[in-house]
Amino acid sequence: MDLTTNSMLLTWTVFTPAIGLTAILALLALRPLLRLSQQAVDEASRAIGLMASLAAAALGIALWADFDSGTSNLQFIHRFVWMKSWNIEFFIGVDGLSLSMVVLTGVVFLAGAIASLPWWGRLDDHHPHFSKKRVPAYWILFLLLEMGVLGTFASQDFFLFYVFWEVMLLPMYFLIGIWGAPTRKDPDGRTRGGPYAAIKFFLYTLAGSVLMLLALIAVYYASGPATLADGSQAQHTFNLVHLTRQAHDGIFVKAGAILGIPFVHIVFVAMFLGFAIKVPMFPFHTWLPDAHVDAPTPISVILAGILLKTGMYGMFRFNLQIFPTGVVWAAWAIGILGVINIVYGAFVCMAQKDLKKLIAYSSVSHMGFCLLGLAALTPQALTGSVYQMISHGIVSPMLFLLAGVVYDRAHTRDIEGFGGLAQKMPEYTALTGFAFMASLGLPGLAGFVGEVLVFLGAFAAQDGIFRVLVAISALSVIVTAGYYLWTMQRIFLGPFNHRWEHLHDMNWRERLTLYPLAVLTVIMGVWPLPVFDMIRETLNTLLASMPAGIAG
Amino acid sequence: MLTNLLAIGPELVLTLTVVLVLIADLVIGDRPARRGSLAVLSFAGLAAAAATFFLLPDGGPAAFGGLVSGDGLGVFFRGLFLVAAFFGVAFGALSDEIPVERFGEYAAMLLATTLGMSFLVQSQNLLMILLSLELVSLPSYVLAGFRRGDSRSSEAALKYVLYGAAASGLMLYGFSLLYGMAGTLDLSAIGPALNAKAAGGSVGIRAGIALAALLSLAGFGYKVAAVPFHQWCPDVYEGAPTPVTAFLSVGPKAAGVAALIRFVVIGFGASVATPPAGGLPWPVLLGVLAMATMTLGNLAAIPQDNVKRLLAYSSIAHAGYLLMGIAVGTPDAVQAVAVYLPIYLLMNLGAFLAVMAVRAKTGSETIADYRGLVARSPALSIALAIFLFSLTGLPPLAGFIGKFYLFAAVVKAGTPFFYVLAIVGVLNSVVSLFYYARLVKAMFLEASPDGAPAVLVPVPVGLLLAILAIPTLVLGLWWSPLADLAARAAGIVG
Repeated sequence: MDLTTNSMLLTWTVFTPAIGLTAILALLALRPLLRLSQQAVDEASRAIGLMASLAAAALGIALWADFDSGTSNLQFIHRFVWMKSWNIEFFIGVDGLSLSMVVLTGVVFLAGAIASLPWWGRLDDHHPHFSKKRVPAYWILFLLLEMGVLGTFASQDFFLFYVFWEVMLLPMYFLIGIWGAPTRKDPDGRTRGGPYAAIKFFLYTLAGSVLMLLALIAVYYASGPATLADGSQAQHTFNLVHLTRQAHDGIFVKAGAILGIPFVHIVFVAMFLGFAIKVPMFPFHTWLPDAHVDAPTPISVILAGILLKTGMYGMFRFNLQIFPTGVVWAAWAIGILGVINIVYGAFVCMAQKDLKKLIAYSSVSHMGFCLLGLAALTPQALTGSVYQMISHGIVSPMLFLLAGVVYDRAHTRDIEGFGGLAQKMPEYTALTGFAFMASLGLPGLAGFVGEVLVFLGAFAAQDGIFRVLVAISALSVIVTAGYYLWTMQRIFLGPFNHRWEHLHDMNWRERLTLYPLAVLTVIMGVWPLPVFDMIRETLNTLLASMPAGIAG
Repeated sequence: MLTNLLAIGPELVLTLTVVLVLIADLVIGDRPARRGSLAVLSFAGLAAAAATFFLLPDGGPAAFGGLVSGDGLGVFFRGLFLVAAFFGVAFGALSDEIPVERFGEYAAMLLATTLGMSFLVQSQNLLMILLSLELVSLPSYVLAGFRRGDSRSSEAALKYVLYGAAASGLMLYGFSLLYGMAGTLDLSAIGPALNAKAAGGSVGIRAGIALAALLSLAGFGYKVAAVPFHQWCPDVYEGAPTPVTAFLSVGPKAAGVAALIRFVVIGFGASVATPPAGGLPWPVLLGVLAMATMTLGNLAAIPQDNVKRLLAYSSIAHAGYLLMGIAVGTPDAVQAVAVYLPIYLLMNLGAFLAVMAVRAKTGSETIADYRGLVARSPALSIALAIFLFSLTGLPPLAGFIGKFYLFAAVVKAGTPFFYVLAIVGVLNSVVSLFYYARLVKAMFLEASPDGAPAVLVPVPVGLLLAILAIPTLVLGLWWSPLADLAARAAGIVG
């Protein structure tokens, strides 16, 4: 495979948000000179942020348009030696899997950007809205986060990946902490709120990523010689393409055991834990509901839409690509934990009173399908897993946007406190119904395709246990339907609660985010081929490298 | 003779500077610009000392009959100490905790400490190590008790003296045992001599060597504030004036680390790659010490409400990380320590400078008074956040690179013990995030209390903050020059 620089388009995509945030920084620096008012700076920051997200989304789609789906080779490669002493390269490029995530990132961040604006719709002035608080700082962090996510998906060098992976942490911490809900006491007297949720998110993810750091170092020292971008020979490498090739030649299987555990197993587990916390996989999921409940709407959108996918993506890119034997070794455990995610998440949803918390747990449940698909290791199951990542990346932002719509108006998300809203907000009711249906996997909508492929693929897996797992998780779909329908009933049906007389229906900002996502949901439900085309070759190559007798 | 003198050129210039500062202080008297002119004189002395590095004899031969070594390790750290002294003097000149009439005294004591540190890192002889260590300690005691009227400051100084005296005593006893058994004071000859003794010796001899080595460790452990010799640290850091604390947390600590490397790695020849030196399992011994130090430092930092005390425990934790590198003892690990320390100097000095700036306006060092600081002083808050997250070791900040080098060396060691050490080390970084983020949370996520004063940063303080913050950002993305220098310090041709 030719790994020389052949395009700058991906580089531009990844660093477009950086251009935007530099522009905002320049604006802040020039503010005294140009005698700009606070309001002018705020509006300009918003405009720059929106433009940058729009540009990144457009560039992502341009990448897709230019993408050759007939090969699993990396495309849009940009590569040079970054740190000679550690053989670290700046090496970015996409295959089908990366590209699908890059495109999704553009879409989700664009939706998040629009939802972060106070424009095109009335805001209740009695309650301070996050979109009017420390505006330039918000957009700087928002764009930094987007750059971190895009870089994570584009990196083909393990060290570079790690740096981008960690770059996601800081902006997320501040975005939840500063613009999220203020600190409060919950009924049990425990401190909750944005700052609590932010540090919980930070500590959980950092705990996972430091283990990944040790795995990264261990992999580096176990790796063999490779040729760097400048043609020089290196003794060890972080280059993922070289690492994958060396892995297939058995270099890691032969590497010495660590703490008495085979190298592949312990490194596999260390990396898997780092990614599993982000997915989030049971029992590491507890940060997610807290983060969602107290994050502002657009940050919930981004968190559910794309940040959780970085964890699944990492499992595909590292655990599956470099340690295929490790996945086979751990398939049972991953499959069972995936099913726990599905079933446990669904049952916990039944008990929720906070709309956002319900959606958060439904994310836990839906990400379980991705885990189950990965563990089953059949072509359909892997395709279903990736498809589920993308469809959840479209549907869950809708759900959080919808939760934001009602919260912006009512300043509460207590499901029990509503009732009969369908009379007052028919458009909102229709859209919520649509999103709930998409999320519970109604045929014809996006969620169905991924789930059914995972079920079919896992049922066909060689190991019989997956049939049991499929049976259990298929039954849980009933629970999913149950909690969504019951929620519909409690919020929208029944006698109208006159407390909500003042609520008004959707505004144009909300329509601008929700309708395009709804259209995508329908397209992905009835015409999944474009996505299949994009990821097919990449997944085939991943499966082809499986130890004999596993694939198929 | 001239070669000998040139080999300690920087130290001669420093000695001269100490004397000149003391005389100038008397001559200038109460004239205006007393502080400024003394600071400029100190800076000039430090610059002149730095210039004499170009006159150092080539190839780094040992001077004065092997008393001092001229190797790369010494040169690297002597350079680093000049930088630390520069910031120490500058902090003192900008702080209202150092009264103008006593600034000359402050600068002289600080430069004398630097002189001691400078000799310590190149000492090749047990007696020389002891003398330089005392030269570091005595002026530090004075600095710690600089606020004479303040009972906390006096208590800090007294604690410092008592612990210091006990540690020096233990060390001296250890050294005398070593001398008795090895028959030499020369560090380069002690290791082989003890190895020979231990190889054919009885259990009694081996126990004697172990006792001597452990007693000697006490002195170094005290200087780097390693468990169990750390108890002085929080009280001294809290009680001493902030510029002094800042200097003590980087200067003498770095000197102790470098001296320990010389004693253990070069003297005893201990590393994971070699058989136990003098019959002692140094890597495991130091590794256990490292684990205890970082774990205690990080856990004890969590409940602290005083920022200086919090940073004191954080500096204990960082001593633990550094001990990991010394425990491994390979050239890679020494390089990692040499990469870590300059970065640590930048971020720790930066954090203390920010604390000093806040204290100057609010008169407070408690975390509660940092609430909402970002609204009152955005640039200062952002700078402090950068230093704190760098101390945590988050990419893309410089602190991550330091930790990456250290953990890479530990993982490369490749024994089960060091894998466990690496895991304990990274989990400690997660714990440390919790208390660093407490301060960040107060500054960014909480509202200012009513009537909290705005914190305007004076221009020179702002400049210094930028000088410290910019490399903290840049070194996280581009660290080749530092890595090359550190490789030379570790004796790796890089």
